[in-house]
Amino acid sequence: MIQKLKEYQFLFEELTKRDFRKKYKRTILGMVWSVLSPLLTLLVMSVIFTRFFGHSIAHYTTYLFAGNLTFSYFSEATNGGMGALVGNKDIFSKVNVPKYMFVISTNMSSFFNYLLSLVIFFVFAAFDAIVFRWSFFLLLYPVLCLLAFNIGMSMILSALDLFFKDTIYLYRVFTMLLMYASAIFYSVDTFSVKVQRLFLCNPIYAYIKFFRIVVIDGTIPSIEYFLLCGFYAAVVLFIGAAIYKRYDSRFMYYV
Amino acid sequence: MFDSKDQEISVDVSHVSVRYMTGDFINIGLKEFVMRKLTRTYYAKEFWAVNDVSFSLYKGDLLGIIGTNGAGKSTLLKTVSGVMVPTKGVVYTKGKVAALLELASGFDSDLTVKENAYLRGALLGYTRAFMNEKYDEIIDFSELREYEDRPFRQLSSGMKARIAFSIASMVQPDVLILDEVLSVGDGAFRKKSEEKMRSIIGGGATTILVSHSLEQIKSLCNKVLWMHHGGKVAFGETEEICEVYEEFLVTKRLPEV
Repeated sequence: MIQKLKEYQFLFEELTKRDFRKKYKRTILGMVWSVLSPLLTLLVMSVIFTRFFGHSIAHYTTYLFAGNLTFSYFSEATNGGMGALVGNKDIFSKVNVPKYMFVISTNMSSFFNYLLSLVIFFVFAAFDAIVFRWSFFLLLYPVLCLLAFNIGMSMILSALDLFFKDTIYLYRVFTMLLMYASAIFYSVDTFSVKVQRLFLCNPIYAYIKFFRIVVIDGTIPSIEYFLLCGFYAAVVLFIGAAIYKRYDSRFMYYV
Repeated sequence: MFDSKDQEISVDVSHVSVRYMTGDFINIGLKEFVMRKLTRTYYAKEFWAVNDVSFSLYKGDLLGIIGTNGAGKSTLLKTVSGVMVPTKGVVYTKGKVAALLELASGFDSDLTVKENAYLRGALLGYTRAFMNEKYDEIIDFSELREYEDRPFRQLSSGMKARIAFSIASMVQPDVLILDEVLSVGDGAFRKKSEEKMRSIIGGGATTILVSHSLEQIKSLCNKVLWMHHGGKVAFGETEEICEVYEEFLVTKRLPEV
């Protein structure tokens, strides 16, 4: 594995560079914009929803931000990752390269974007009277889990996208439904305990919840949350890797 | 790998078949796919682009593959270059394989020429050190020094082929695969690229070449593989097979085996 990584390090770097350059069009403004545009959405949401939910939810801006940020990362990374095979078919139909490289390299640029917005998140949180705690470093765990989860999802989606041209439309509908089920701008507290548990079947909600527990409640999540976040990431990454392992040599027959 | 006469085998293609699926598949999308599966109206048909082809080459051999359009020549090359894994059969190649297939595509039009060169080098399995060392040689050979920082889309198709050729021909491979690209670009570059190609072949590379020019094949190759509708018609000495093939091109009748 290490040997393989070394062998493909140069390729990985060049692919990642390419994806960064394409994303930001090599302008500072490009980078600023990619952080700014979700912030603007957030601003609008915050202005509107604070009226409805602001009284019942403590630190509502942070609450909203944590949800929106995490969900946008998921949505952007998987939508970008979905095109990893179709978008690079001119390359891998000519040169023999491991195809998961494309998935990982596109995910890197979304991940970097996410890290940038996380920095801004903490600035906002500070304004929202959130006191910094050392336990915030625990957030590394859901962040890395989400990265693995997104890479797994991208593998599954990119394979589907190669076989079925309408994947992109179906997935758009799916992400919208998932967004409403992720309790980004509302609280699940009004639901019964049973339904609240049901929400945790949504992996994205589990990651968001982890964030909120650490940042807003200021406590350390129970072991169940750790297990759940790790479990979702492991399962999805495993399925994605299995698909790539099984179909890697067959993708070529369908381009 | 050695054969019974103790000659070193460089490429061994053994009972290779490649199957594509046609029919309702790619085009109908997931919704329709599920619907048709449920109503049992879904059908997919197999199409064997290459069907049970075998041959082997010794080190230094120069093989020409001939056949009409759709004979499966390019697909066969893809299995030898390792881009495609055959559905059935095994391909064995000894040493480093370099394939020059449809050169000009697969570049990124937003990146500069230099960035594309590095990316292509990485894709071809070169190391960064190797690219740093050879980059000047590549850009000079392609005569595109003044374009190196321009976006790739500003290049003409001939220029794209030139840079692609320059990057791909930087190595001395053990097995060289050529798909109609013995020479690219305009007059002067054509001559240069052909020379370069000959020097690689002369360096002892086992070469496989697809060409529609029988003259080229006759003058270069010591062996010929003739394919038709995915199957092997003949494999052997250039002279005799080319003779039968030329006859076939007139009469459209395959020789009786």
